[in-house]
Amino acid sequence: MKIAVCIKQVPSTNEVHMDPVTNTIIRDGKQSVTNPFDTYALEQAVQIKDHLGGEVIALSMGIPATERLLRDATSRGADRSLLLSDRSFAGADTLATSYTLSLGIRELGGVDLILCGKMAVDGDTAQIGPELAEQLGLPHVTDVLAIDAIDEQTVLCRKATDNGYQRLKVTLPALLTVVKDLNMPRMSSLPGILYSLDSPFESKTAADLSADPARIGLNGSPTQVVRTYVPQRIREAIVLEGDESQLAEDLLNIYSEVI
Amino acid sequence: MTGLKIHQDKCVGCGLCVKTCAADALAIQNKKAVVNEACILCGMCLDSCPFKAISIEKQAAPKEDLSAYHGIWIYAEQQQGKILQVAYELLGKGQELAKQKGCKLTALLFGNDVANEAQSLIVYGADEVLLCEHPLLDTQIDENYIDLFDQLIQERKPEILLFGATGFGRSIAPRIAARRQTGLTADCTILDIDSENGLLNQTRPAFGGNLMATIICPNHRPQMATVRPGIMQVQPCDEAHTGEIIRVDYADPDASKTASVELLEQVIAAHVNTIADADIIISAGKGIGSQKNMELVKRLAELMGGVVGVSRPLVDIGWSEYQNQVGQTGSTVSPKLLITFGISGAIQHLAGISGAKTIIAVNTDPEAPIFSVAHYKVVADCVEILKHMIANLEARPENGLLIEESKDKLS
Repeated sequence: MKIAVCIKQVPSTNEVHMDPVTNTIIRDGKQSVTNPFDTYALEQAVQIKDHLGGEVIALSMGIPATERLLRDATSRGADRSLLLSDRSFAGADTLATSYTLSLGIRELGGVDLILCGKMAVDGDTAQIGPELAEQLGLPHVTDVLAIDAIDEQTVLCRKATDNGYQRLKVTLPALLTVVKDLNMPRMSSLPGILYSLDSPFESKTAADLSADPARIGLNGSPTQVVRTYVPQRIREAIVLEGDESQLAEDLLNIYSEVI
Repeated sequence: MTGLKIHQDKCVGCGLCVKTCAADALAIQNKKAVVNEACILCGMCLDSCPFKAISIEKQAAPKEDLSAYHGIWIYAEQQQGKILQVAYELLGKGQELAKQKGCKLTALLFGNDVANEAQSLIVYGADEVLLCEHPLLDTQIDENYIDLFDQLIQERKPEILLFGATGFGRSIAPRIAARRQTGLTADCTILDIDSENGLLNQTRPAFGGNLMATIICPNHRPQMATVRPGIMQVQPCDEAHTGEIIRVDYADPDASKTASVELLEQVIAAHVNTIADADIIISAGKGIGSQKNMELVKRLAELMGGVVGVSRPLVDIGWSEYQNQVGQTGSTVSPKLLITFGISGAIQHLAGISGAKTIIAVNTDPEAPIFSVAHYKVVADCVEILKHMIANLEARPENGLLIEESKDKLS
């Protein structure tokens, strides 16, 4: 079983805060981490490999520094990693990103299963998984909360829906996006860390992948961000004061008013 | 040449952009900003510059003829033959957008035996319903829907296509967008038509709601977005409103091709009052002090007819379950009333509560970030407030009766 896991480098959100004077986002430290949802995808891939044998490849599109996160993935059970990195990938929206990732999957060749996190915590779009599946012409299932059985041809999984779940039988090759908590991602082991230092790592450019220049990066992105702004609060909070009994009463009065 | 451009005449070297850049791609040299190759063109610096000295240059896309695309479509998602609330919300917003554009509003109703629901879409604002009935549309299997959408888009060319940001909507919309090679904006909370260029301005929260981003799709059609449920207003039912119901055929799938995703079982959880659709949420964070105080939170929720929500730390330490977690990695909520006890308000938590109509925050720390989003601020001991509210409610005659009754049952 050849499994690719898509990994995104995201800013560590604990370090995002607003500058109250300029109303802009300040990101001190510039520390990047692996998108938390992707860690569950990686763990699931490694568990499947442990069960069926095969290979797990960590895949990302990003700046050269993303190598650190890909090597981290190889310390947690991935065998090798592939980074798609090129100046011309910059500014990609989900369509251009999923096209680029599809070139990476094709480059790997013979991938049976692609696992992605449900979404990235910086963009929250949850679009890359389904768009990547479409670019590859593969079936996909989003929001997988459990994999009940898997062999070389099929996977039986449970998909979380808004009001319950579906049990699905999916023919491979296919792409699944996973929710948090479908497993407990392992920590890097010492042998894992030692392995990761020399684990096979490749970086490919747009030219290496024969990417269509009109479909990558900013030029390949149908959407454009035209404006970002800090949402203005319409009102300041009304401060309630008094002893606890009075406050409790006030709160219950508000309750009667709004319900 | 595509890339970030710093306009030397406007840049004063203030360095605000350097602070904003997450990629470490900007620096000040000789009192001017310079960009290096770490730039990922995320655009964050553009709005940070008070002098409008930064822009992103994009190679002009070959102009396609977009004039054939007309009308606004909304997908009226149904489950078990019942149209979801978010569909009526989309009709509410869609009416407004259609009026601005002077075009028709079309609702798409797909399923098995759903025709009797079509009229309700019309009285809630649809000028036209595209109705497709087929046994394969009975269950929400993506691939059975995607070809149908794709075929209709190609035949009828809508200018705008909106989906509810439900689990199903967020699964099929990206596939449809990728097949049409057009743009898609996720989970929008504000939509309007630009008065100058007629484009759909699609605004959504980013960075856990701390920032709003307005996104357009200028050169590709349809302009597609998923829209967060519970945000747009449903317009009043108008029995006099008329519209046409147009049946469309479902192209039977190639019989030789076996379905790659097969539904074995559909489990609908018994309707429990989940936090995602609760009207009243009583929410607790670490500030409640100890696990036993969770009982107070539960009791208050029960007395007020609400449900319990918690911040992530309480789930992490095992005081509550994941399904109660509110925030970016938990549930997004939009109750009429949210009362928070001892929640300080991490960015990730605030991201989940921006849809709440009224927020009362109780916390001992007057500087807690939760107060920046609250409508009512109470700086006090959470446990005391909880106890007093419970005592107050229990003393009310209607609840007294309940207590008496339950005592009777117990004895």
